[in-house]
Amino acid sequence: MFLKRVILAGAATLMSGAAILVSEPAAACEIDGRVSIIGNEFPAIHAVADGAKACSGGEVKANLTADHQKINVAGMTGNPAEYTTAIIANSSIVALMNEDVIRPLDDLVAKHGRSLKPNQLIRINDEVMAVAFMANAQHLVYRSDILEEAGIEPPETYEEMLAGAKVIRDKGLLQYPLGGAYKAGWNLAQEFNNMYIGHGGEFFKPGTAEVSINNEAGIATLEMLKALSEYMNPDFLTHDSNETSAEWKAGNVAMMNMWGSRMEPLKDPEQSSPEVVATTTLGAPMTVAGGSVPATTLWWDGWTVSKNISDADAEATFLAMMNGISPERLDDEMALLAVWLIEGYEPTPAATGVFAAANMDAVPYPMLPYQGLLHTALGNELVDFMQGKEDAAAALADVEAAYTAAAREKGFLN
Amino acid sequence: MLLFIALPILSVLLQSVHTPHDAVLIEIENCGPFGCTTSTTMDQEATRALRDEQPLGKFVGLDIYFDRGHLAVREVVQVWAESEGIGDFLASLNNLPFYRAMGFTLTFTFTVTPLMLIFGFMIALGVNSLHRKLKGFLIFFSLLPMIVSPLIGSLVLFWMIDSRGIIGSALQWIFSDPDLSLKASTGLTWVMLIVYGVWHAAPFSFIVLYAGLQTLPQDTLESAQIDGASRWQQVRYVVIPHLMPLITFIALIQLMDNFRVFEPIVGFNSAAHATSLSWFIFNDLSGETRLLSSAATSSVLTIIGVSILLAPVLVRTWRDFNAKG
Amino acid sequence: MSSYSLSEKRRPLKLKILIWGLVGLWLVVAAFPFFWTLWGSFKVEADFFSKADWANALTAPRTVAEHGTAFIGEAYHGAWVQEEFWRAAVNTFLVCFFVVCTSLTIGTLGGYALSRSSYRYAFWLLIAALIFRAMPPITLVAGYLLPFFEWNLWGHLATTIIVLVAINQPFTLWMLHSFFQKIPKELDESAKVDGCTQFQAFRHVIIPVMWPGVITTGLFSFLLAYNDFAVTSILLSKENQTMVPKIASFLGTTQTEGNVMFAVAAVVSATVPLFLLVLFFQRQIVSGLTQGAVKG
Repeated sequence: MFLKRVILAGAATLMSGAAILVSEPAAACEIDGRVSIIGNEFPAIHAVADGAKACSGGEVKANLTADHQKINVAGMTGNPAEYTTAIIANSSIVALMNEDVIRPLDDLVAKHGRSLKPNQLIRINDEVMAVAFMANAQHLVYRSDILEEAGIEPPETYEEMLAGAKVIRDKGLLQYPLGGAYKAGWNLAQEFNNMYIGHGGEFFKPGTAEVSINNEAGIATLEMLKALSEYMNPDFLTHDSNETSAEWKAGNVAMMNMWGSRMEPLKDPEQSSPEVVATTTLGAPMTVAGGSVPATTLWWDGWTVSKNISDADAEATFLAMMNGISPERLDDEMALLAVWLIEGYEPTPAATGVFAAANMDAVPYPMLPYQGLLHTALGNELVDFMQGKEDAAAALADVEAAYTAAAREKGFLN
Repeated sequence: MLLFIALPILSVLLQSVHTPHDAVLIEIENCGPFGCTTSTTMDQEATRALRDEQPLGKFVGLDIYFDRGHLAVREVVQVWAESEGIGDFLASLNNLPFYRAMGFTLTFTFTVTPLMLIFGFMIALGVNSLHRKLKGFLIFFSLLPMIVSPLIGSLVLFWMIDSRGIIGSALQWIFSDPDLSLKASTGLTWVMLIVYGVWHAAPFSFIVLYAGLQTLPQDTLESAQIDGASRWQQVRYVVIPHLMPLITFIALIQLMDNFRVFEPIVGFNSAAHATSLSWFIFNDLSGETRLLSSAATSSVLTIIGVSILLAPVLVRTWRDFNAKG
Repeated sequence: MSSYSLSEKRRPLKLKILIWGLVGLWLVVAAFPFFWTLWGSFKVEADFFSKADWANALTAPRTVAEHGTAFIGEAYHGAWVQEEFWRAAVNTFLVCFFVVCTSLTIGTLGGYALSRSSYRYAFWLLIAALIFRAMPPITLVAGYLLPFFEWNLWGHLATTIIVLVAINQPFTLWMLHSFFQKIPKELDESAKVDGCTQFQAFRHVIIPVMWPGVITTGLFSFLLAYNDFAVTSILLSKENQTMVPKIASFLGTTQTEGNVMFAVAAVVSATVPLFLLVLFFQRQIVSGLTQGAVKG
């Protein structure tokens, strides 16, 4: 992993590791105000925050934690807000929008945002509300040696994946040839979303918050998930992306649908065995049931600026965050951390899957105020079906009922 | 304490009978790295007007208590009407999140609490009879299950009980079943959580009871010995009655803590098989959209549940209290 | 003097074996995961968390392949030097110290007063304390967040200490109350006959007798503050983090190679102060626990 290499090279911490990157050619960043960042803790976000910290003239603090979603709304509600910026994704910007704690950025973009590409600007109702800096999507990864030995082609559809898994098992190559982050909760719901989109399903009745997933597409989606899980480690309901990656690195899995951001570590010789490193191959997202839309969703991560702060702090924040994602900082180390949307980024081999997803016109994860509620309901209510305790229609009815109760509480339904 | 706990309880009560205002939804266009889509968002101006009018939100009485995520009154009535017998009714009831969570929570509470008391007492008696040089050493190691719980639990133990981890492999070997996996079946997950619960809590009762043993009145014990009481009779009629206030105390705290079981569920990723009210709260608060009223309702239900559980112990304390006065 | 030592010489062999067996078994069950972690903290992740064969954690083939030796201290170096785990250790010490002192002071005074009071409100106060404790900490913390941010109290150690004391107080109060109840009232009455005020009776007569209770309660307050994750992870800013949230931050949602082993090393390190504490205070704890015997 890159971090380790930085460390071995003698740079001290994650922070100073990135500080070294900064100290090279980056244009001087001068700010006049307070900057305080809240966000998730994966390496790409650390890199961005370190770029912001390189600015001089004002105090720059960062609180990067897995609990950021529990803190950010409260931390941006006070006046002045504790956090001047929150780093979020297309799923989590909704919570900030719903609570109305982030400000439109059009004026700041006009003044300081010349280096941003148009597609980095997240426009909601014609106002720039966030600046995206990286993209992510789930797509196929496979072990070319195992597929070759089994005599199968890399799958382009989930049906082919199932057939291939059967061949691999029947030939005795692997007992559980498929992997997947199917952990009960968020991950399982995300797999449902992917597959449901692949089946051409619509989550809601158009223009309303009324859920409509208990239909043929929903049932077909569940049947497919169940069929796939038969070829997975029996503990699949406890496997998140970390566990699934670990299975992959140990060489226990031949094919899986996995996040683009997880690809680099899989190919790291310090983490995977040599044959896994040599034969791990990235594919595109798969389609399902003869559909043309790939069964995946596109994601971006970006930053916002708090509404309840002074204009000077907002400007300082904008400048600091711009420095965090400035093209000058994007060197070889940083380029490996994510699929960047920053100008001048050259896709690394680990980014091909995400680019393939974008080129196949995959759909972005819906930015609806009530999508998160459905996601939670799916994560909780589908487990009975996945364990074979309930049929698909009953599981979907449960999801709809759980969602409706939650949406009613939130005032999205009457 | 009043400020930090009584006020929050009040505000939680208030929150649980209010919900956010009806959201005013509008159609808009969203654009991002992947193109533009038509979408829906909340009309902030309109929603703010509603909010300013009634800052607490919409008063809904006990609606949330009775909705599907909690007591599910309507659903229970419906299930009752449709089911053909008590078994069928219970099976359908198990499909409602609240009752399913109760099923696990109560099983957990009523197995872990007595077991940890018994184990703790036995260890305390055992350690008490050992040489005193050994005691400090033993106390330290006995505390380990308490101190390292949440993190070791999710990190090391979770891996040790995997079907390919050391404990998982050992179990497969003991039961000579190569497909045995603690994480894959509901029953085994429950057993695993209960064993973990006892392991984690036994040191607590051990230390408390051990301290209690030190205050045992010598002369009562001696006179019992002179009267020819057997070892078991001494324990039964002298030691246990003497420790009763402490046992009551441990039972109180443990009933409460076990009813709120939460960390092992998250630590062992076992939400697919076992949930609890505390897990509901966690789930409501950690989604992309937080369900504050629902979390508040679950909290109030937790308090009510704990009160019901503790009632017998409290009645006892009340009697002792009056007797004392 | 321990009560059972009296009958020691008369204890039959069978019982001795039983006792040794039981204590020995408990020792293994209690300490095994810890020793496993201690052993594993000197390996690389691929060995300790090997998906291929659990025995890799013992033989450490990949550690040998990568580093040429089966025992490496990389994880400790990473946690303590690179990630500055010592800061978290200092913060934990501060939090624990103040939490234990505050809750013991309030707890001994309150528990004593309640146990010596025959008024009904004393009972209801205890019940109220218990109901407070029934509140799940996650809800409390979620409720605190907004006011704390608004009043600029968020992130400070002091705030967290107060919250932990508040959450812990019902427990401390009940526990000490149970211990006080076992002390006969005649003891303070005889002290008062000797001319002590109520407070002097408390200070010079009751507390020495109560030592086991105070030590035990203090130990649990300490463990609570030491172990807490729900409160500290949400209410502390990065600079003020205590050990447990710091360890959790090594793990995170996206586990990075190396960081997982930092967490393992940190978990081991986090038990060292406890070990030292018990070692250092062993005499006080054990003799405190043994000398408090009440001659009733």
